[in-house]
Amino acid sequence: MSLFKQITEKPWERKGIIGGLKAEGTFDVPSERVALTFFLIAASIVFSLFGVSYYIRMELPDWLPIAEPTALWFNTGLLIASSVLFQVSRNIVGNGKSKNVLLAFFGGGVFAALFVFAQLQTWDELQAAGVYLSSNPAADFYFLLTGLHALHVAGGLYVWLKCVFRMVTGAEPQAQRLSIELCTVYWHFLLIVWLVMFAVLANT
Amino acid sequence: MAYVPLADQDHEQEMHHPHSWVTKYVWSQDHKVIAIQYGGTAVLVGLVALVLSLLMRMQLGFPGTFDLIDPSAYYQSVTMHGMIMVVYMLTALLLGGFGNYMVPLMIGARDMVFPFLNMLSFWFYLLSVVILMASFFVGGGPTGAGWTLYPPQATLAGTPGSDMGIVLMLLSLFVFIVAFTMGGLNYVTTILQYRTRGMTLMRLPLTIWGIFVATVLGLFAFPALLVSAIMMLFDTLLGTSFFMPAIIESGTPMDYDGGSPILFQHLFWFFGHPEVYIVALPAFGLVSDVISTHARKNIFGYRMMVWAIIAIGGLSFIVWAHHMYVSGMNPYFGFFFATTTLIIAVPTALKVYNWVLTLWEGDIRLNAPMYFAIGFIFTFIHGGLTGLFLGNVVIDLPLSDTYFVVAHFHMVMGVSPVLVIFASIYHWFPKVSGRMYHEGMAKAHFWITFLGTYAIYLPMHYLGFLGVPRRYYAIGETDFIPASAQTLNESITIAALIVGAAQLIFLFNMLWSLRNGAKADPNPWNSASLEWQTPDTPPVHGNWGDKLPTVYRWAYDYSVPGAKHDFIPQDMAEEDVEMEDGSTGSTATGA
Amino acid sequence: MILAVVIFALVIGSVIFHFASPWWFTDIVSQWDSVDGVINITFWVTGAVFILTNLFLAYCVYRFRHKPGQKAVYEPENHKLESWLSAITTVGVIAMLAPGLFVWADFVTPPEEAAEYEVMGQQWQWNFRYPGADGKLGTADTKFITEANPFGINPEDPNGQDDVVVNEPEMHLPVGKPVKALLRSNDVLHNYTVPQFRVKMDMVPGLVSYLWFQPEVTGRYDILCEEHCGIGHFIMRGAVVIDTADDFDAWLAAKPTFAETQAMAEPNIAMGQAQYAVCASCHGAQGEGNQALNAPKLAGLQDWYVERQLNHFKSGVRGQTEGDAYGASMVGMANMLVDDAAVRNMAAYIATLPDVPAAVTIQGDIANGADIYDRNCAACHLDNGNGTWYTDAPKISGMNDWYFVTQIKNFRNGYRGLHAADPYGEQMVSMATAMAAKDIDDTKEMEDVAAYLNTLR
Repeated sequence: MSLFKQITEKPWERKGIIGGLKAEGTFDVPSERVALTFFLIAASIVFSLFGVSYYIRMELPDWLPIAEPTALWFNTGLLIASSVLFQVSRNIVGNGKSKNVLLAFFGGGVFAALFVFAQLQTWDELQAAGVYLSSNPAADFYFLLTGLHALHVAGGLYVWLKCVFRMVTGAEPQAQRLSIELCTVYWHFLLIVWLVMFAVLANT
Repeated sequence: MAYVPLADQDHEQEMHHPHSWVTKYVWSQDHKVIAIQYGGTAVLVGLVALVLSLLMRMQLGFPGTFDLIDPSAYYQSVTMHGMIMVVYMLTALLLGGFGNYMVPLMIGARDMVFPFLNMLSFWFYLLSVVILMASFFVGGGPTGAGWTLYPPQATLAGTPGSDMGIVLMLLSLFVFIVAFTMGGLNYVTTILQYRTRGMTLMRLPLTIWGIFVATVLGLFAFPALLVSAIMMLFDTLLGTSFFMPAIIESGTPMDYDGGSPILFQHLFWFFGHPEVYIVALPAFGLVSDVISTHARKNIFGYRMMVWAIIAIGGLSFIVWAHHMYVSGMNPYFGFFFATTTLIIAVPTALKVYNWVLTLWEGDIRLNAPMYFAIGFIFTFIHGGLTGLFLGNVVIDLPLSDTYFVVAHFHMVMGVSPVLVIFASIYHWFPKVSGRMYHEGMAKAHFWITFLGTYAIYLPMHYLGFLGVPRRYYAIGETDFIPASAQTLNESITIAALIVGAAQLIFLFNMLWSLRNGAKADPNPWNSASLEWQTPDTPPVHGNWGDKLPTVYRWAYDYSVPGAKHDFIPQDMAEEDVEMEDGSTGSTATGA
Repeated sequence: MILAVVIFALVIGSVIFHFASPWWFTDIVSQWDSVDGVINITFWVTGAVFILTNLFLAYCVYRFRHKPGQKAVYEPENHKLESWLSAITTVGVIAMLAPGLFVWADFVTPPEEAAEYEVMGQQWQWNFRYPGADGKLGTADTKFITEANPFGINPEDPNGQDDVVVNEPEMHLPVGKPVKALLRSNDVLHNYTVPQFRVKMDMVPGLVSYLWFQPEVTGRYDILCEEHCGIGHFIMRGAVVIDTADDFDAWLAAKPTFAETQAMAEPNIAMGQAQYAVCASCHGAQGEGNQALNAPKLAGLQDWYVERQLNHFKSGVRGQTEGDAYGASMVGMANMLVDDAAVRNMAAYIATLPDVPAAVTIQGDIANGADIYDRNCAACHLDNGNGTWYTDAPKISGMNDWYFVTQIKNFRNGYRGLHAADPYGEQMVSMATAMAAKDIDDTKEMEDVAAYLNTLR
């Protein structure tokens, strides 16, 4: 039954059990997936509001564009590789197989960790070029946005690490299927956020 | 068919049963214990905020009489009172307290989806409270920037607590948002995925609808506060200029340039307006259930009530700039925001009509919870109508920043939700504690609180008409405020002190009744909704014993024609319903 | 039962209170009657809803209260009724909103012919600027702000040279002509409000906001800041005087232009020194003060402060109240300075005197004094007690502690600062009242603060 139909029915008219002998779940997916979706919407709102603030702030007269480090293209590649590897690991467990799951999953996380490290390198690079936090608003936003994104990646890596640890200590990859799926969804989200953010930063 | 996790099935394989006192009452993962922890903490900080408000009133009613209230203390009290009441008391109590207690019980679940996250949510909330309270003890004291924390003022030397106080406030809010997100994801997911069999969306009690939509609002609105808090922390601690334009502090130019204070206001109110409904919607839901139960009548226009909750929730995201009509933003925004703001009055008015129409042709039991609920209808009508003044952009010109605003929002989001909270506490006390409260004390508490708050806030609107500005430590000499206004201020203060003291009756009643109250029936109000049908009172860990309940009907089958009793519990099958003629069977009501 | 009666009584009582209330909008003195018109419409609509809904509520509670054998009617919804109620509500909302939007359209588009003037807010003062003969205000920026150019007017901008600057919290406007106020702030948010005009607008640092109106009634009205702007928010007061056109022109002509304030001749320190001989007999040759003669230390005081106080003594603003005996003795002395130039010369000379911290004569609870000082005084007089022209606060650290206590008492007793021409003194009256216990004779807290100030030298 569609959501719209559900919330227009007259509940006093139908008595008895509706919907068979199982509990009522609105969405036919694991609860963790529902919670993650809501979390990702909230996180998108955080990033969008920063984006809106960025554009509003840009209109003000003291805005000085900064030259984004070219290394960002390389870093983007790292994050894409990370996302792809997560997807690979998800596809494997999704097909009910276990071979190379750990390898792909572990590799995805490593690339993500490299991405965080490389992002921090760009900070050093900018500071060496005389662009500091508080030196101008574009720089403020650069450090703030990339930092926030890197923190989100780091948060994901914590969950990734726990899952890797479980698999290394002998847990069946199939038993980790949900964790692997959720990590993959989260990494795709981080990649999309990064691509949008990079486009915004690079074009202004 | 829906995915059914293990913990939701009849057997309790996955339940994490506590064994020691500490895991049962301190590090508990039981939603009911967490609810009480949340609620108790919220009430305690609420008491702090209440005392702060009385300090302010003492200064306003009897200026200069009380040595300890200097201008700094006054502005610090204003700020902390506002922030504590809105965020740490009302939001935490309604969602962390009632949300936690009601959600699993009303939808027929054993617990939240993520009990561990739920426990973490409380401890983060407690941490945010501790950080906030710590600001009373640091050099310079808590921030006195007003609860809106507008930059640049919040971080400038001319404001009390502009160094440590504001930083602790922002940190505390940050932690609170983390706590709220953990709790909120739980409530939303639990309501969506953990309803027991037969519990369709439209069979949910309105309490759950209110909590659900409010939580979604919180999840989508708190990010704006988070964003503004982060940028403000950067401005204060790291010298960025997100919100800070080139300004002078005490005669010296500051090292800022080009930032936009208005941007902060947009972000703040993009959070701040939905926040009003984060508080209001759960209150709307709770009061609907109290009214319906004690009127022995189904809530009138259930579908309209649900749609109104959804509509109000949606609209609340496009009205925020009505807080900023005179902020110096582009004045052409006024047309749009005045229109959206007044549109929101329509679903809100419908809710009020439907509460009153629920009483129409009812069989009203005037118990203490019902007293508070009816008192709420009265104060909410009053507060809602004054909102139409302020929302209509041109009337905001004379009235904004006056006592009219103070009176309006205290009526609509102070007194009204608090009356609902009291109604709900009395209403559910028997289930939570297993004992009855003392009816006489509860009614005395009602009369003083209801009449007292009206005596405080009705005249306060008139100070606003007169043009008395808010956030003034002392009015001093003006050419337009007559001396009689001070008399009015004195009477308001006296009423406030009486109302403040009357809350001791409530506290005493609760503590006394916990020990000495009469043993409560499992379902003393003959309520139809699921939380009253638990096998144990108070419900034990896991809520439902061996078998999850099955839901056969909506939560409002009161006074069904032909049925013997004036209520039919949600989990009673058609064939078990006793009829007036002694038979059992169908109560086909139809439309 | 009783609840129904009480709700009924509250409705009736609210209506009576409304009509009997002496607290109502001030008489309007601008052309914004249309705002009051929208308020009246809203009152009728909301008033009707308030009365009808609550009386119906009271009736329901009375009529359907539980009686034995009563059973509620089962009625899930009534679509027709709900539709009607939605429709009526919508009509009511439109009736309030539509006129409001028309008036707002009027508000956001000031008439072409409206004369502009500038209001500048800063913690916690009002300043005003009028375009000169060219009718244009010069550009301004906080980066130009100095003691000599408190408005931050761009010195390179020719439009700004003839701007008339009013560096005091009282402004004038001509009656019967539309005016547009351009609002600006130097530090935090402020709000320019005159309740009798019915309009208000925030002043935001970094941008210029506006409002417009047409004064219709001559008189003097209070200006209040209505956006929280820090500890001094409640003492940020000003006044607007609505004049006839002739009076307004005369008032404006007497105010200096920006160019005149910049071109003012340097004070003659030597002449000030010559005249100081008279002062030296009491205040000491180096302005070090003499407690036996009740003459405070002068060395260290800012020239603008000395100048203002001398002018106050001269013009009867200070030293004329009963109770300020020592102030009274200054009146005659100050009058020996015949003109503004002499006063400026004197102030300039005093500013050159070597600032040696005064002797300590008062002991007290320094910790308590520090607390009181931080909470009440530091915002204007600064953490180090040096004061600043920006908040019109003189230096109070390293000065005579006994004189400090005397003056705080004078402010609290109303001996100083209550004269209409001493707006900054009035701010001190408020703060001095707030900082210590109500008992006027209890000087402990003032002594504690004095003791703390003694540690700041």
